[in-house]
Amino acid sequence: MQESATPPRSSRPAKKRAAVVTAGLAIGALLLSGCVESQRDDETAGGESGAAVDSTFVFAASSDPASLDPAFASDGETFRVSRQLFEGLVGVEPGTADPAPLLAESWETSEDGLSTTFALREGVTFHDGTEFNAEAVCFNFDRWYNWTGVAQAPSVSYYYNNLFRGFADSPDAAVYESCEVNGDLEATVTLAQPFAGFVPALSLPAFAMQSPTALEEFAADDIGGSAEAPALSEYAESNPVGTGPFKFDSWDVGEQLQLSTYEDYWGEQGDVETIIFRVIDDPQARTQALQAGTVDGFDLVSPADIPTLEDEGFMIVPRDPFTILYLGLNHEVEELSDPLVREAIHHAIDKQALIDQTLPEGTQLATQFIPDVVDGYNDEVTTYEYDPERAIELLEEAGYPDGFEVEFNYPTNVSRPYMPTPEQVFTNLTDQLAAVGITATPSPDVWTPDYLDKIQGTADHGIHLLGWTGDYNDTDNFIGVFFGQEKLEFGFDNPELFAALDEARGMTDREAQTAAYEEINEQIAEFNPAIPLAHPAPSLAFAPRVDSYPASPVNDEVFNMIELNE
Amino acid sequence: MLRVIGKRLALLVPTLIGLSILLFLWVRNLPGGPATALLGERATPEAVERVNELYGFNEPIISQYFTYMGKLLQGDFGTSINTGRPVLEEFATRFPGTVELTIVALIFAIGIGIPLGYVAARYYGRFVDHGSVVLSLLGITVPVFFLAFILKYLFAIQWPILPPDGRQDPRMDATHVTDFYVLDGILTGEWDAAWDAFQHLILPGIALGTIPLAIIVRITRASVLEVQNADYVRTARAKGLMEKTIRNRFILRNAMLPVVTTIGLQVGLLISGAVLTETVFAFNGIGRFLRDAIFGLDYPVLQGFIIIIAILYAVINLIVDISYSIIDPRVRVS
Repeated sequence: MQESATPPRSSRPAKKRAAVVTAGLAIGALLLSGCVESQRDDETAGGESGAAVDSTFVFAASSDPASLDPAFASDGETFRVSRQLFEGLVGVEPGTADPAPLLAESWETSEDGLSTTFALREGVTFHDGTEFNAEAVCFNFDRWYNWTGVAQAPSVSYYYNNLFRGFADSPDAAVYESCEVNGDLEATVTLAQPFAGFVPALSLPAFAMQSPTALEEFAADDIGGSAEAPALSEYAESNPVGTGPFKFDSWDVGEQLQLSTYEDYWGEQGDVETIIFRVIDDPQARTQALQAGTVDGFDLVSPADIPTLEDEGFMIVPRDPFTILYLGLNHEVEELSDPLVREAIHHAIDKQALIDQTLPEGTQLATQFIPDVVDGYNDEVTTYEYDPERAIELLEEAGYPDGFEVEFNYPTNVSRPYMPTPEQVFTNLTDQLAAVGITATPSPDVWTPDYLDKIQGTADHGIHLLGWTGDYNDTDNFIGVFFGQEKLEFGFDNPELFAALDEARGMTDREAQTAAYEEINEQIAEFNPAIPLAHPAPSLAFAPRVDSYPASPVNDEVFNMIELNE
Repeated sequence: MLRVIGKRLALLVPTLIGLSILLFLWVRNLPGGPATALLGERATPEAVERVNELYGFNEPIISQYFTYMGKLLQGDFGTSINTGRPVLEEFATRFPGTVELTIVALIFAIGIGIPLGYVAARYYGRFVDHGSVVLSLLGITVPVFFLAFILKYLFAIQWPILPPDGRQDPRMDATHVTDFYVLDGILTGEWDAAWDAFQHLILPGIALGTIPLAIIVRITRASVLEVQNADYVRTARAKGLMEKTIRNRFILRNAMLPVVTTIGLQVGLLISGAVLTETVFAFNGIGRFLRDAIFGLDYPVLQGFIIIIAILYAVINLIVDISYSIIDPRVRVS
């Protein structure tokens, strides 16, 4: 047959072609292999160097740090990294929010509260070998004060703006005046106006000491970038130099950031020699990474995951709460401007039930807008017990016998340290309010920018969920932020309260200030502008090989204090 | 051919100008503003005002547009508001990951999709055919994040044979040259690093490849069904050509045209990043970053990324068009 004489033309060349392609790929790979030099250290792959424990500690971070220069940052992930690299003059007493000596061994404040003299720790060096001394201290203070242009933007130098208020080109507003070198190990900082929170504020990572040599060499203040958005300086991108127990190694943006032990650190070195911050932005993915063993720990464990993780042998470490979750009331809404209605809402809410059902273990019930570790916490503040019947009576008295309808704003798809699951809190509170006749109309929005914009930038909202995580032991940082001035969020004008907060902020005597804040907390409780709900406790989770972790209410957690068992 | 390519590239210019105008108007009209997104809970009206002033958001929109285009033409895509890094640099660090993921997803989708679609058509109406139809329906209907989650749970946590997240083991001391991690491992001779990076691509690649897989199965099946009943196939059979020759040279080759079009479109989609897959697998690619840019109203990133992706999309389409003429000489690019 003629056709059968035709060879099967297609199959053999096709097979041949496939074989040629495969062989080509293999040869190509072999040829390419080794054509670029490996930068790998021969011995230390994986970080195990014959020590008793695996000294590489992998922590799942929810994002990259915004910058490696903490002076230009205000977010938690940046500070988590910078706390390993840098130290401030003032630290934090472990497990509390109180200031403690760190690079300054002691300090003394003059009677007028304007100048503070710091006695510095001896024998401290920066990672680049620069000596830490009084000159380095003054260099840092002067650096902040002399910022210009974009560096002055509140979104860039948030903490300096907020706490020191002015710069060299606007000295009238400035809190800082000058810094004087009194010798190698003594520096005096003089303020232009009293600021009782000065010393505790210095425990913020934003005011950590940085190497003058490196700041200059890598043009740390050169953040002009394009006019459209500030660009990171060379320093902030890849050359941070501090005095901390760890020094900077590398940063693969979006992947991971690596630090390693600083051999000449003045303090304790600890079990961890290499820290890897691995970026995993999805909370569920962080939990799974811990379960799969690719990371050793992560922060802000979802309350729903805690029992499972505990059952599987992981360690859950709760922090003492330094947060507040509140139900905001917009006084622009007619019903909410009535003190009787606000009191009724307060009585209608069973805070304990809310905590038990929606917030993590360790959460404390809130009676005021500051947690109990903050100065000025008032043990005898007026409280409003859960009493739905009283709430109904109060509503009747206020002229709403059948209750009323109000918009309830809450954010979606977001987890904040003070509010891990806003949707659940919303549902829970809606049911409680319905029981006394208040009908809440749901008004959900995505967290940023819609929700925040609506609550803080407009008067177009009703009752809403919001909160705060404190930065350091400063009462004004909580209640001053909420009630220090007229705000669209709450829509009330209470000159008496504003004046009291303003006065307390300027007090130089800490004891008198604490007393003033106790009084203000009572004043707020009586005025009842919003409902403090709870102080949720954020938790961390760790692999079984972690024996202990230095949890701190203000997140002052340095990884040289971590203890590992394998 | 060269002239055709030149013409197509020239046509890209008005397309991109139109796109940039639309993009600019869209982005600037999103609710809120980058200032609010940047400052979060700490946004006071004064701070917002200050940020807007600094970033030039108070300028008239037309002058903002021309400033932007002027810089764009000089290759300056601006700086990300959220990260403070040049947009091009942000793209360059994330694009290799997305490309690697795309390649693995495509190998998975094409490698299984075309044979399966073909077999289904060949055994039309039989069990294999029904099975493949059901499978492709499943592939399209199962949400990617759900599939990704299940894959990860089964193969990274329950039976930990594959890594759960990222592009490489965090403890892997690997040298990165091109940021294509598999390629880097080969180039530097760090075979363990290359193998590790490849393993990290398997689960997300499968999760991402299912939808293209399902589509390719269906298109291949339909196309083969159509072609195998065509007159020229009947003629070939009548001539008594071997069945294998008919299948490979007549049916498969002719049936590939619509499949290639589909694959081209899928590549375009995959290359623009896979938000869900990248999020579940904490994979550092374009999609995840673009999502953050949308939530953070990072104007420069949104504009820059979308324009770059549009250019890539156009180029891929051009390549697909050219490949038609290779598969089927009857089609001439014109």
